[in-house]
Amino acid sequence: MKHLIPEFEKLRARYPAGFESSFVLPCLRRIQEDRGYVADRDIDALVEYLGVPRIQIEEVLSFYGQFRRKPIGRCHIQACRNVSCSLLGAERILDHLTKKLGIAPGQTTADGRYTLSTVECLAACGTAPVLMIDDAYHESMTPEKIDALLAALV
Amino acid sequence: MANTKLLMTFPVTETSHTLAEYRARGGYGALEKALRQMTPQEVVAEVTASGIQGRGGAAFPMGRKWAVVHPNDGQSHYLCANADEGEPGTFKDRWILEYAPHLLLESMLIASYALQVRNAFIYIRGEFDLPYRRLAAALEEAYAAGYFGERILGTDFACDLVIYRGAGSYVCGEASALITSIEGKRGYPRNRPPRLTVRGLYQKPTVINNVETLSNVAWIITNGGEAFKQVGTAKDPGTRLISISGHIERPGVYEIEIGYPFAKFIDEDCGGILGGRALKGIIPGGISTKVLTGKEIEPLTLDNQSLAAAGSSMGSGGMIVIAEGTCMVRLLQVLLRFYHHESCGQCTPCREGMGWLHRIIDRIVVGEGRAGDIERMYQISAWNDGTTICGMGDAAGYATSGILNKFRDEFEYFIEHKRSRCNGTLECPKSS
Repeated sequence: MKHLIPEFEKLRARYPAGFESSFVLPCLRRIQEDRGYVADRDIDALVEYLGVPRIQIEEVLSFYGQFRRKPIGRCHIQACRNVSCSLLGAERILDHLTKKLGIAPGQTTADGRYTLSTVECLAACGTAPVLMIDDAYHESMTPEKIDALLAALV
Repeated sequence: MANTKLLMTFPVTETSHTLAEYRARGGYGALEKALRQMTPQEVVAEVTASGIQGRGGAAFPMGRKWAVVHPNDGQSHYLCANADEGEPGTFKDRWILEYAPHLLLESMLIASYALQVRNAFIYIRGEFDLPYRRLAAALEEAYAAGYFGERILGTDFACDLVIYRGAGSYVCGEASALITSIEGKRGYPRNRPPRLTVRGLYQKPTVINNVETLSNVAWIITNGGEAFKQVGTAKDPGTRLISISGHIERPGVYEIEIGYPFAKFIDEDCGGILGGRALKGIIPGGISTKVLTGKEIEPLTLDNQSLAAAGSSMGSGGMIVIAEGTCMVRLLQVLLRFYHHESCGQCTPCREGMGWLHRIIDRIVVGEGRAGDIERMYQISAWNDGTTICGMGDAAGYATSGILNKFRDEFEYFIEHKRSRCNGTLECPKSS
C-alpha cells in the first residue's frame, strides 16, 4: 500500500484538516482497486499511516458490501435481482449466467477468470435487468447480450 | 396542467453536461447573483419562501432545515449532498449526476454561501461509475474556472468540495449514517436529538439534502421563492423527478409538475402498462412506500397530500409498476430479502425482525407456510414501527403490511394450496 501514499496525500487538499479517519474509506477503495482486495498487510500499513485504531478499519471492511478480504476472479459479474430487475427477468438472467459459467452466485470459476455475485438495486431500474461487470453497468440485459459480452471479455 | 419543467430544461447531448454548455445555458448566474447581491440570510429566506420539500423521501421542508444553522455562530458548518441513491426503484438523481452535474455544484455553492460552509461533500454510492466520473470531471472544471477554492468570483467566499464514495451500503442513504460513513466508520444511523443541523458531521451543524432538492436552489435564486411557489401545488411546490420502471412501456426519468394526474402520467406520458396488460399495483416512491392498486390511483394526483390521503407517499420518486399476473408473494420475498440483507444490525427489532420476516416469506414460497404466518408478519411489522434508530425498520414494515393489506388473498391461497395463484410469475415479457 505504501506506494499509494503520495496519492493519499493529494486527497487532503480539499478536506477539512484534522479528521484522519475520513480517509479510511477512500484509502481502502484505492487499495482494493490496486490489489483487487484488502490484505492484512494493507491494514497494518493504513493503521500506521492514518493512526486510526485497527479495529475501526476491520469494522469498516466487514460492514460495506463492496470491500473484499480475498482475491476474486479477474472479471467480477454482479447481477441485480431487486424488484424492478426481477419484474423484467433478473431470475432468467441469473440462471443463464449460472449455466453459462458453471458456477453459483458467490463462486469463482476454476480458471480464476470469473466471479459471479448477486447485488441489490443499482439504480438502473429503467433499463432492467442490469449487470455490473467490474465497474461498468450493462443494461437491458438478455441472454444473447450476455453471450456477446462474455465472448468479448475472453 | 402546464407541466412546467425546472430541471430537465435542455436537450441531452454528448456534451450538454460540460461547463461550457452549462454556462451557455446561463449556468453559474445564480451563484453570481447570490454572492454579489444577496446576504446569506437573504438566500435562506428565499429558499424558505419557495416552500420546497425534500425529494429524498421524507419531504422535510428545506427552508426549515437550513434555518436551524446560524451562519455566524463561530463554528464550522458542513453541507452534504445525498447522492447515495439506493432506494430500490429510484434512479432519478443519476439523471442530474450524469446530465446536469454543474447544476448540483452551483446549487451547493449557493447553499454553502447561505450556510457559511467551508467544506462541502457529495456522498455518492460506491457502485456509481459513470455518474461519479461525470461529477468528478465537472468538479475539476469548476475548480479550474475558479468556482471552488479561495476567493470565489473575487469575493471573500471560499469553499472546497469533496466527492465521497460509499462502498455498498443501503443504510448510508440515511442522513446520520451518511455522515458517520464520511467520518470513516460503519454507517450506523444515530439517535436524534441532537438533530444533525445542531450536531452532525464531526459534531458540527450539518445540512444534508438530497441531490434533486439541492439542484432546485439555483432556479430558486434566479427566479425567486415566490415564482417557485407558483409551480406545483400550494402545499407541495415545484416539480419532481420521477423514475419509473417495472411493467411499463416507456420506463425512464420524467420531470412532472407536482399535482400532475397520476393515471395520465402512467397512461399517456409513460405509454401505459407493458404489453397493454391490466395494472395490478404501483409502488409510488421507492419500495418503502405502500403499494397502491390500479383502482386506487385513478383519482390521485402526484403530490404528497394526495398520496398521503391514499395511505402512501411520493417517497423518493421511484415508481415501480406491477402488471396483472404478477405473484405478490414472491414480490414481497424479493423486498424482504433486500431489507434483511441491508439491515445494519444496530437495532434489535430491525436486525431480528428482518430475518424473521425473510424466513417466514421464504417458507411460504417453498410451500411450508403455516396458519398464522400472515398475522405474524403483521405483528413483526408493527413491532418495528418506531422502535428503531432510523426509518428502515418502519419502512420495511410499511412495505410488508402495505402488500399484505392489498393482496392478502394471494398469501392465504399460497399458504393453503402450497403454490402461487399466479404461477410464481415475476417477469412480464417485454414482447407480449
